[in-house]
Amino acid sequence: MRIKLSAFVLGVLVLVVLPFVLTDFRTVQLATVGAYFIAILGLDVLTGHSGQISLGHGAFMAVGAYTTAILMANHGVRDLWTIPIAAGVAGVIGLLAGVPALRLSGLYLALATFGIAVVLPTILKKFDHFTGGSTGITLFGKPAQTGHGVGVWGLTNNQWLYALTWTIGAVVFLIAWWLLDSRFGRSLRAIRDSDIAAVASGVNRAKYKVLAFGVSAAFAGVGGALFAINVAYVAPDTFPIQLSLYLLVGAVVGFFGSIWGAVLGALLIQFLPDVVGLIPHVDTKQAGPTTLFFGLVLVVLMLVLPIVLRAASRLANRSYFGAL
Amino acid sequence: MSLLELRDVEARYGEIRALHGVSLTVADGDFVALLGANGAGKTTTLRAISGTVKTSGDVLLDGHKVFRRTPEGMARSGVAHVPEGRGTFTTLSVLDNLRLGAWVHGTASPRDLAHVFEFFPRLYERRTQQAGLLSGGEQQMLALGRAMMAKPRVLLLDEPSLGLAPLVAREIFHVLGQLHEGGTTIVVVEQNAMLALEHAQHAYVLETGRVVLGGEASDLRKNESVRRSYLGY
Amino acid sequence: MTNFIQQIVSGLASGGIYGLLALAIVLIHRSTGVINFAQGEMATLSTFVCWALMDHGWAFWPAFGATLLLSFAGGVTLQAVVIRPIQSGPLLGIVILTIGLLIAFNGLDTWIWGGAAKQFHGPFSTAPIRVGGVAFSKQDLGVIAVAFVAVALIGALFTRTRLGLGLRAAAVNPIEARLVGIRVAAMLALGWGLAAMLGAVAGVMAAPSLFLEPNMMQTVVLYAFAAAVLGGMDSPIGAVVGGLLLGVLLNLVGTYVHWIGGELRLATALAVILGVLLLRPSGLFGRAALRRA
Repeated sequence: MRIKLSAFVLGVLVLVVLPFVLTDFRTVQLATVGAYFIAILGLDVLTGHSGQISLGHGAFMAVGAYTTAILMANHGVRDLWTIPIAAGVAGVIGLLAGVPALRLSGLYLALATFGIAVVLPTILKKFDHFTGGSTGITLFGKPAQTGHGVGVWGLTNNQWLYALTWTIGAVVFLIAWWLLDSRFGRSLRAIRDSDIAAVASGVNRAKYKVLAFGVSAAFAGVGGALFAINVAYVAPDTFPIQLSLYLLVGAVVGFFGSIWGAVLGALLIQFLPDVVGLIPHVDTKQAGPTTLFFGLVLVVLMLVLPIVLRAASRLANRSYFGAL
Repeated sequence: MSLLELRDVEARYGEIRALHGVSLTVADGDFVALLGANGAGKTTTLRAISGTVKTSGDVLLDGHKVFRRTPEGMARSGVAHVPEGRGTFTTLSVLDNLRLGAWVHGTASPRDLAHVFEFFPRLYERRTQQAGLLSGGEQQMLALGRAMMAKPRVLLLDEPSLGLAPLVAREIFHVLGQLHEGGTTIVVVEQNAMLALEHAQHAYVLETGRVVLGGEASDLRKNESVRRSYLGY
Repeated sequence: MTNFIQQIVSGLASGGIYGLLALAIVLIHRSTGVINFAQGEMATLSTFVCWALMDHGWAFWPAFGATLLLSFAGGVTLQAVVIRPIQSGPLLGIVILTIGLLIAFNGLDTWIWGGAAKQFHGPFSTAPIRVGGVAFSKQDLGVIAVAFVAVALIGALFTRTRLGLGLRAAAVNPIEARLVGIRVAAMLALGWGLAAMLGAVAGVMAAPSLFLEPNMMQTVVLYAFAAAVLGGMDSPIGAVVGGLLLGVLLNLVGTYVHWIGGELRLATALAVILGVLLLRPSGLFGRAALRRA
């Protein structure tokens, strides 16, 4: 516990210092990383802890992003206040999605959520009077934008976005930490590890599985809202199936179930193109190489993770590491 | 020379050791019963022979050590294993199940099929039905018939009488007796020690993963402790 | 009325493609219980290979034949190298791994051949033929015929050959299958090979009308999932019939329910998936498997 707490404090310190040593461009990139981070936390709660897979978490991000965008552009709601509303809207939709999900086995839940992610852009385009159709919604320069795109309180706009995203990111992280450490988290893991045993010991399986969906979606909604605020633009193609799949990659990279690994996953989504670009003779202006490496990372992880986890649990049994 | 020999075979499931050095021999044409309480390691011994559990120690076939035992490899070497619970291919037809028995020989010869149907006329009546729809006794007959199709040198049977009506169990053992007379070597694990010792030539008694007693079936039947522990009189 | 028939005919043509890819999905699902999310991208890769061979001057049929062989070999290799090591692990691990393959193949296609759509000349003419006001092409008829031939061949393989018996046995009860001497690992690899080959057929049949680009099968795969689910997930004939039904259904709904139109075509397929999974999980042709408790 003490180790985790110091890790958290150290993490916050690094976050505070980073904008002073990085360029403005990197700072705004890191703001986007923060949005992914929050969405991956949501996926950790759902898939890592309650054992319900989602291949369509980008859809919940989209719900959050569009809630923010529509409120800002059409109703003049200040961007900050749209964030809790986005969380609420996505959370309610998550709860609603969680009910039918109860009836699907893991395999078919994967299929259904994959379908949702594939279909999402076409639905966003269809309801164009609401979503702005293919052209999307631009938020830049809207009066609801804090700092009006030029910065606020002595911060550049990018520094402001960074500060906003990561402050909320830290708060969401603490919420996730607390939730997963509480009775809620223990119940989720009990259900994940054995449906029958959990029910036999009095855990309300349906309630917790649906709640996990709601919480997870609310997190993703916050991530989406911040994504919209950061980019100041949303469109159907901002949320392709790839986004959902990359979130999954991110969650797996962070060692499924560990909210501590989510940072790693979020960094990967944002910076893998840069890393791949370091390989000689590889041109990352074209999407192919980066995409290929995303896929390979996931494939290799799925092959290696079982070995790592088995070794880790063997070590954990030898008490010393178990104490960590 | 013995057809099948186990030398100091150990087996484990994860952390739990199921066999602590089992050694036994089965002569060509023998009919051997493995007796013992639940958890004594009878099933594991069969699984060690057919390569369905990880083991150390040697298994010899025809006096030659078999390296890297796999179930499919052992099947090819003439070992047919009918596991407990009448493992059949439930969604396949009876006829397909029997054909699969002859997998190691390529295609099933009509003569062998006819031979099985002579033993088990009821399987012939139900040949087009799904195996899963057969009664327990019929499924055991099918499992046995399938093993016959392989024309094995050694037939390993795990609890063939489990859950069957006494008359059906007798019928199964009657068939085993006939197969044995036909020259098939048989190793059977059986809870019903009485029934097993009636038909077997030799028997081994296992306790907590070790062979504690072995010999002629007729001698074991007279053995005081076997009588008390396994025959119940 | 003419339009009604027209919609059915063209629905059958696109349905044939869904059915072919669904058949590939069903083959893998019934043998190992895994849904291969990479099936569509594997098909696209195969189609690119065929295109590249033709681009190098090969005629269609030899290029197609070589593509089928390469796809088969690729499928077998893929199973042996990346699926087998985690075969005994949790099902969802394998499913997530196929997601990785989906992403990787998509990236590979884009890297090698770029994102621009390419024209693909198939074996059948796409020139319209008119019969009493209904327009269709040899391509449409060809796709439907190929779908039926494929399912007939697969059916014959499964029910009429020794190999098919082994494939079925390995799927029903792998442990028992090994005990009768079947090399189950080889059977599973063979299943992936066959699926990859069927995917190649689907891709090559789809490419003339869809244009070839890395995302070509990304929506088709969802239709194929819907077809497979509709047909019952484990039934080869169900997959093809499900595909044809879905093709017709989507066309009719798109034409006569104006609110849905062409824009919600994908959403309708998703509704089919969700509806079947929630209301009748065994689909039209699936039977509840007989399992001992």
